[in-house]
Amino acid sequence: MIDFEMSPGLEQIRGMIHGVAEMQMRPIAREYDEEEHKFPGPYVEFMHSATKMMGGGMFGGEKKEKKKEGEGGEKKERRRGEKALFQCVTIEQLAWGDAGLYLCTPSPGLGGFAIDAVGTPEQKERFLARFAGDEPCWGAMAITEPNAGSDSAAIRTTAVREDDEWVINGTKIFVTMGHKAIVDSKGFVVVWATVDPKAGRAGIKSFVVEAGTKGMKLIKVEHKLGIRASDTAQIVFDNCRIPLGNILGSPEVVEKGEGFKGAMATFDASRPVVSASGVGVAQAALDAVKEALKEQGIELPYGKPRAQLTSLQRDVMWMEAQVRATRWLAYKSAWMVDQGKPNALEASTGKAKAGKMVTKVTQKAVEILGPLGYSRKYLFEKWMRDAKITDIYEGTQQINLLIVARRILDYSSSQLR
Amino acid sequence: MIDFSLTEEQQLIVDTVRDFAAGEIHPVARKCEEKEEPIPDALVQGAWQLGLILNTIPESFGGGGEPRSAVTGTLITEELAKGDLALALHLLSPNLTVLPVLEFGSDAQKAAHLPRYAGEKFAAGSAAIVEPSMHYGPLDLATTATKKGANYVLKGRKCFTPVLDDTSPILVFAKEGDAVQGFFVERNAAGMKIEPERNMGLNALNLCEIAFEECAVPASARLGEDKGCDYKRILASSNIALSAAAVGVGQAALDYALKYAKEREAFGAPIATKQAIAFMLAEMHIEIETSRLLAWEAAWLFDKGDPEAFKTSVLAKQTSADMALEVADNAVQVLGGHGYIREHDVELHLRNARGFYAFDGLALV
Repeated sequence: MIDFEMSPGLEQIRGMIHGVAEMQMRPIAREYDEEEHKFPGPYVEFMHSATKMMGGGMFGGEKKEKKKEGEGGEKKERRRGEKALFQCVTIEQLAWGDAGLYLCTPSPGLGGFAIDAVGTPEQKERFLARFAGDEPCWGAMAITEPNAGSDSAAIRTTAVREDDEWVINGTKIFVTMGHKAIVDSKGFVVVWATVDPKAGRAGIKSFVVEAGTKGMKLIKVEHKLGIRASDTAQIVFDNCRIPLGNILGSPEVVEKGEGFKGAMATFDASRPVVSASGVGVAQAALDAVKEALKEQGIELPYGKPRAQLTSLQRDVMWMEAQVRATRWLAYKSAWMVDQGKPNALEASTGKAKAGKMVTKVTQKAVEILGPLGYSRKYLFEKWMRDAKITDIYEGTQQINLLIVARRILDYSSSQLR
Repeated sequence: MIDFSLTEEQQLIVDTVRDFAAGEIHPVARKCEEKEEPIPDALVQGAWQLGLILNTIPESFGGGGEPRSAVTGTLITEELAKGDLALALHLLSPNLTVLPVLEFGSDAQKAAHLPRYAGEKFAAGSAAIVEPSMHYGPLDLATTATKKGANYVLKGRKCFTPVLDDTSPILVFAKEGDAVQGFFVERNAAGMKIEPERNMGLNALNLCEIAFEECAVPASARLGEDKGCDYKRILASSNIALSAAAVGVGQAALDYALKYAKEREAFGAPIATKQAIAFMLAEMHIEIETSRLLAWEAAWLFDKGDPEAFKTSVLAKQTSADMALEVADNAVQVLGGHGYIREHDVELHLRNARGFYAFDGLALV
């Protein structure tokens, strides 16, 4: 039954994380934006101990819940509960606090989504248990290469089997939290590589490479438009050897096999979360704009015909509607994950909308505040810079439009390129 | 607990109404719009037989006694509007009388009005909110109701008022002091002059302009009598219904454009295989879904009696009015020159969609 009421559990976590965002993130947001890449020690420590206190996982409650899942037999969907919604609500609030710092939260990150989507129970245990450990750590995902971005089937990094090892060679760029995953902690990177370059997308598999593995080297951390507290790394794999058991999913190269599809399933779970982060940033800008209007005594006359509103009133009401509606798109796509329903259409619908919405809403906020919007004394300009990444990572606006178009037209990827 | 699924009953209703819209409403829509034929009585009675209105009328008045649900109303309105907006508004018009009477009517008013809508046959409803002025605003009406002795005297002008039969009273909203109240005006009332309108769209719906010159109605005609009504709640219901209708129009326009784009070939392939077209279609889908969820949320808040319902309904209506216009415009664009021709649906969707900024009180949920 259609219901927009958050469960008490979600409501509680929303309030709690909002408090964290206000107390632990906002006060240092500007500092870590200005001093790009400075390690946010106090925030990391706080989140690490908070996560431990909550029994090992703000990001999916890894160990304990996993065990429960293994026990009974029937209906796996049921027991997923509200995990994806929980992640959305959490990350929306963290992104409201600071979109760059949120990414620095010790967690399996996007690599975790990949392991969740296609990993075996043994792999989940082996790679994810560390997040409940004593040291903060991070997971990352390495897909993009200098010559392959949106066209992820065109990646050139190779994985060759030699005896009981995979040997990985290639260069990865734009690895979100790569530095924290392999330099600052004993985390891992999930690397996409082809086991058979002639096989096209059927040959693409993902591999877990743990921090400290010989042959994996971080060679650069990018300077960015926004989300500057987070690191975006370039990583080179030079005869990097990993155990056979570190491949996620089957090593078989099968035409129309599960390999690439499995990798794509990662996005079905991660896009709702990225959409929610965009909603968080947009809500932050909207809240601040409304605060400013309040100080000026400007009211929003709901119910007045649009032709009679001032341009400012129109803009703010538009922002409000957009943020609100986009939140439901994100939540719907997450809810479908929790229900065990295929959500590729909804995930891309939400992501395309969220990317565009947060970009436009934060730009509008800068415009409304005039000179103050442009000033680094306030956060408006930062929100606008932070927002833009939402429309790029985890699939650009255009890639998501392509996915939506294929779905509604019932076209394959070869029918609509 | 957050949930986006329909109940089994809602799904059944949606499926039924969707079939009715596609099989019964859509095939006659163009002829009715062009005034080549009147709205077929068989269509109206067929819709009535679905029991969509009757359901929410209490059993004591001969109805189904189901609790009113704006969420279900939203689902129904969208599906009917996919068939045709004008015909959907005609078929749903009984709600314009039934729902305000159910919620605010005195016992005497319930007894006077509801039995008309509990029979075997369709009976039209009518409400008048919009006024023919560029300064019109639903919260800022120029039509006044003044108490004079035992009567209220109505003064002012209304437009976009559905007048769909010869007998049904019209629920006229007018400013009484600082508040807005509703007044049932019988069709033979002195001082009321009804003139049919001609509009850009909705030509199948008999919308009228009404002039009230010292039109006196008895105090018993005031909706809710002494207690009056909560006008903002009626307006919220209207905003939600019109949002849902706009979603229906948008979806119909997209569905038409999708089908066309897959069939129409250019440069040796269906135009839908070109990103220039495919991306337009994708964006249309995204905006429709955005508006749909906002309309659902507003309806859900309305059903809860949440004080945020009015505000959210306003946001939903603005969003879906923008959406419907943009989507219908893009649908015309996808068809190119063909989109401009009245043989195709999309030009009608564009004309209908443009009205949502101006419409109020044409439907309720």
